[in-house]
Amino acid sequence: MKTVDIVIIGGGPAGLAAALSARKAGTENILIIERDDELGGILNQCIHNGFGLHTFHEELTGPEYAGRFIDQVKEAGIPYLLNTMVLDISRAGAAPDACADAGAAQTAPETAESAAAGGARHIITATNRTDGLFQIGAQAVILAMGCRERPRGALNIPGYRPAGIFSAGTAQRLVNVEGYMPGHEVVILGSGDIGLIMARRMTLEGAKVKVVAELMPYSGGLKRNIVQCLDDFGIPLKLSHTVVDIEGKDRVKAVTIAQVGADRRPIPGTEERYTCDTLLLSVGLIPENELSRAAGIEINGVTNGPVVNESLETSEEGVFACGNVLHVHDLVDNVSEEASRAGTNAARFVARNSGKTTPPDTLNTQAEAGETRTGAKTRTGAGEIQVRTGNGVRYTVPSFVNPERLDGNLIIRFRVGAIYKDASVVVRLGGERLRALKKKIIAPGEMEQVIITKDELLQHENADSIEISIEENSAAQAAQSR
Amino acid sequence: MMYDVVIIGAGVSGAAIARELSRYDCNVCVLEKEEDVCCGTSKANSAIVHAGYDCKPGSMMAKMNVRGNAMMEQLSKDLDFPFRRNGSLVLCVEEEQLPALQRLYEQGIQDGVPGLQLLDHDAALAMEPNLSDKVVAALYAPSAGVVCPFLMNIAMAENAFENGVDFRFNTEVEALRREEDGRWHIRTNNGEYLARCVVNAAGVYADIFHNMVSAKKLHITPRRGDYLLLDHETEGFVQHTIFQQPGKFGKGVLVAPTIHGNTLVGPTAIDVPDREDTATTQEGLDQVISRSAISVKNLPLRKVITSFAGLRAHEDGHDFVLGPVEDAQDFYDCAGIESPGLSSAPAIGEYIGGMVAERFCFDRKKEWKATRKGIVSPKNLSFEERNELIRRNPAYGQIICRCENITEAEIIDAIRRPLGARSLDGVKRRVRAGMGRCQGGFCSPRVMDILSRELGLPMEKITKSGGRSNIVLDIQRGEGQ
Repeated sequence: MKTVDIVIIGGGPAGLAAALSARKAGTENILIIERDDELGGILNQCIHNGFGLHTFHEELTGPEYAGRFIDQVKEAGIPYLLNTMVLDISRAGAAPDACADAGAAQTAPETAESAAAGGARHIITATNRTDGLFQIGAQAVILAMGCRERPRGALNIPGYRPAGIFSAGTAQRLVNVEGYMPGHEVVILGSGDIGLIMARRMTLEGAKVKVVAELMPYSGGLKRNIVQCLDDFGIPLKLSHTVVDIEGKDRVKAVTIAQVGADRRPIPGTEERYTCDTLLLSVGLIPENELSRAAGIEINGVTNGPVVNESLETSEEGVFACGNVLHVHDLVDNVSEEASRAGTNAARFVARNSGKTTPPDTLNTQAEAGETRTGAKTRTGAGEIQVRTGNGVRYTVPSFVNPERLDGNLIIRFRVGAIYKDASVVVRLGGERLRALKKKIIAPGEMEQVIITKDELLQHENADSIEISIEENSAAQAAQSR
Repeated sequence: MMYDVVIIGAGVSGAAIARELSRYDCNVCVLEKEEDVCCGTSKANSAIVHAGYDCKPGSMMAKMNVRGNAMMEQLSKDLDFPFRRNGSLVLCVEEEQLPALQRLYEQGIQDGVPGLQLLDHDAALAMEPNLSDKVVAALYAPSAGVVCPFLMNIAMAENAFENGVDFRFNTEVEALRREEDGRWHIRTNNGEYLARCVVNAAGVYADIFHNMVSAKKLHITPRRGDYLLLDHETEGFVQHTIFQQPGKFGKGVLVAPTIHGNTLVGPTAIDVPDREDTATTQEGLDQVISRSAISVKNLPLRKVITSFAGLRAHEDGHDFVLGPVEDAQDFYDCAGIESPGLSSAPAIGEYIGGMVAERFCFDRKKEWKATRKGIVSPKNLSFEERNELIRRNPAYGQIICRCENITEAEIIDAIRRPLGARSLDGVKRRVRAGMGRCQGGFCSPRVMDILSRELGLPMEKITKSGGRSNIVLDIQRGEGQ
């Protein structure tokens, strides 16, 4: 069996940035496995601009942004496989998980033991046209599979199931990559960023976008996208609205939307019918963790991404996660930054473990399962600090921190569950109020972060938890409650 | 076109009858108004092979169900479609309903259902830990099963086709008339047909055709059933098909594993005037959710991947109407086929097909192909076998549908095989591409590409399900092009 130091699953922005940083940190033997026919991931269909303001200090289109990383990966000579689908990740020396598609792995000619003998910690089973079904051993794995769109079916929208209902990303691919129009008269449900971008895109292609309906009392998209994609084109955004009927047996003929109450159920009598031939859905993104789940990796019930520590390492030692497979990001710049850290950490992991025959990291064996307020189980091993979600905070990444392993400052990313105006983000370390950051507005649609320096952590060496919470200033109330 | 037998409808009954008749030396044609087989009731139902205890003793339903159930195993092997006896439980949740459960048990014995057992609360929960704590007792039927309704229907049709039966799709029967020479004249939107015999297997439309030729009227009510389908991540939530005891909540909803590992919850029973009204409603979906709670606890509703509705052809007499129509010579009904129609289909095929063959003294064919091979699924092969397959055909190495891990070769096979897929839904029913948790978000443009290439049609002509269900409307044209 072929063995490499790091296998990166996914050649989108996260996988590319992780590969580059792992190489920079000294790992030679890296392999990127990409399921599509080119590197770059979903950026290839995001032909609008606005990418890279933080990373490159200029405004790029999605393909341009991806192109810069792809060029660097090619320059660095990092190998990659295209049109290759990973079917299973399993631990070397252990029986592969018995998921349907790992069935093949169970009867693989090369035993897990032989992989372990070759120094590999993990075995990746994948398939493509030229190599067939094959296995690769790896010291470390970086999960960078991205996310997928929530489909209509997950929402229980009643009505017929005709042609003309697309998730916004599928429509984006059809228009921008394949060159086909999904329709002429459009209703959009959900105000996620892709839906907003597609409202503008379809309008520019000559379609009439009649309305964007959003179930929540606020948009899940970036403010700038609401202004530039809806307001500038006079497209109405109806908050607290949802689709209650889809008409048309062959093709969509009309869509009825209605206002929803605080319980998010439609209010009878508020129905409005729009004739249209297309319904686009932008109703949420779900990290694509089927492989991770099958590998037994612990998943956070709020993010649907793996539970990770400060090194972005998952519950499976040597398996790291970054980008939208970890938690859904708003900006690709943040994905690249996060993925760089994952790449560096994976490289360090490889360096620490190379040549050693005994498992070097005993943290896992000391681990105890705990339950955080997010509903995610975490292991808190020796010297680990738990990151807790306080008032108003839905989740944090990471979930726990070992200050010893931290090489720089600690970045904690999180989202809130409602809109807060004139509120403060409060950071507590071991129960002690470390700081409060005043914010004019904090919204669920925009990821927030706080930075805690390594010094601060070391000064509080007895602290067993970090808590992030939202404190509403006395005069200001939460604008909307969930 | 002149045929010995014309069958109206390529649903599971029509396909079963066609396959049975394909054993004989006769010309058979199936007329189907949709673009594919399995487009009506056969594609949207509970996918259950009932044991047969709930049919009135002596009814056609009882006979056909028990016989169909017994035939299913061999048929699934012969025609290579998935079927598994997972057993079923009928739950009793109120003490006062116990006598009714006992009666159901006795009725089952009378119907000839094998292996029935009454279980107490503890035994039922030991079998299915997610059952409601309110369960008082349960009727266990080990012979109940689950089947892939699409592949069962498709397999019978393919086998009939390979044995010489013609299929005409997009062909809707408009009028039926018996000529003076005794032949049936069938007018369709797609040409005229002549036949010595007509078999009416038209599902929710069967009363219309029956009433065209007979003074003794049938009346079919389309009865809509809404369902929720959960991701196969929920596999194992229940192992058996969980029914509710008919009672004050009506027939109740079932919670069942599908043959592919998903969990299915439903149906409602809402009578609708429109024979094409397969639109789900909020009330219907809410009802499915609330009633499922009578049977099970902690149903993982967050894992719902789609909802759909199907129509049952409910005839006023609530029994299958099978056989010759008294006042219309050589016209055979296969009407009122509601639950347990899927379970009964093999027996209905045998019964009606045999009856027609006997009437016209058709001879058995010398060479009849009893078996058919399904589409090869690499998932079910060993590492080496899978690699051998990819070596011979690299398209087996290329995954197109990420959720269900369906390869390009499977999709191509679905299109190229006899009576192959012509639409996205046709591909979906044959190989499950687009059936998974993303519901075709990723793979549908790719499957459209493959359909376009294989069928030699431009992308704008590719449909979701035939007719005018085109997916992309026109090619985007830039300025000056």
